[in-house]
Amino acid sequence: MSELLLDYLPLVVFIAVAIAIGLALLVAPFIVAYQNPDPEKLSAYECGFNAFDDARMKFDVRFYLVAILFIIFDLEVSFLFPWAVAFGQLGPFGFWSMMLFLGVLTIGFIYEWKKGALEWD
Amino acid sequence: MILAALFFYLFAGVCVASAFMVIAAKNPVHSVLFLILAFVSASGLFVLLGAEFLAMILIVVYVGAVAVLFLFVVMMLDVDFAELRQGFLNYLPVGALIGALVLVELLLVVGAWVIGAGVPKTITAPIPPMDAITNTEALGLVLYTRYVYYFQAAGIVLLVAMVGAIVLTLQHRARVKRQDMAAQVRRTKAEAMEVVKVRSGQGLT
Repeated sequence: MSELLLDYLPLVVFIAVAIAIGLALLVAPFIVAYQNPDPEKLSAYECGFNAFDDARMKFDVRFYLVAILFIIFDLEVSFLFPWAVAFGQLGPFGFWSMMLFLGVLTIGFIYEWKKGALEWD
Repeated sequence: MILAALFFYLFAGVCVASAFMVIAAKNPVHSVLFLILAFVSASGLFVLLGAEFLAMILIVVYVGAVAVLFLFVVMMLDVDFAELRQGFLNYLPVGALIGALVLVELLLVVGAWVIGAGVPKTITAPIPPMDAITNTEALGLVLYTRYVYYFQAAGIVLLVAMVGAIVLTLQHRARVKRQDMAAQVRRTKAEAMEVVKVRSGQGLT
């Protein structure tokens, strides 16, 4: 148990160093930098002219489609990891169970390809 | 071991605090970012339990994919914050009533919940000792054979999700010219061009 956790010690050190550097870079400008703000400096800078409208605009729904298709294949790959690790002891039944799983998702993949969901326009 | 307990309280505290901030933050984008923090600290808790595979999957799938999806959904909503706050007082009584009802139901369920005496004995696949085989291998040994029906059901659910997302959101714009390589390659000289003899001074009719 504690051996397992000792494996993660480098990760903890890495994250601690990352947080320390990030915080230092975030805080240092407030302490060190020369500050003399005025409204013109604090306003949003958009290449010389005044901003046309709000930066919050609707995203196209196609981004959502790409994201959800990515999640599904991400999950499919994550199911492959334990299968690959235990592959030697699973036997033919475990092998074909995974092949059936992959086949079901391949049907979806063919459907998606034929519908043109992977094309942008 | 004291270090492990310290990290447990760190992760648990951050997890609960950021989960509270998910519902307390005014800006939905900040809520999603707090949700990501909650996922990361939950994966830290999984590592402390020794469930390495689940921790990594939580990072890869939830932080890497689901949180991004939530961000897209939040961006798609086109939230106007001033408008959101406008009707707050009007809806407060109804919202408070529903919240109180759900709280009472939860208290009733949790208060009356007893683990049956025989349940701990009915576990069919006991967890193997952690120093014998790794966490990922222990999962792999039971997931594809003993729990094959759940595994295949997961595949079907993913298929339904894929087809449903395509059916709901895919709309091809009309009159957008797309490249069809097969049609391009199939074109022959006979159907693509025509040689016409034009007599001098007459032109084509």
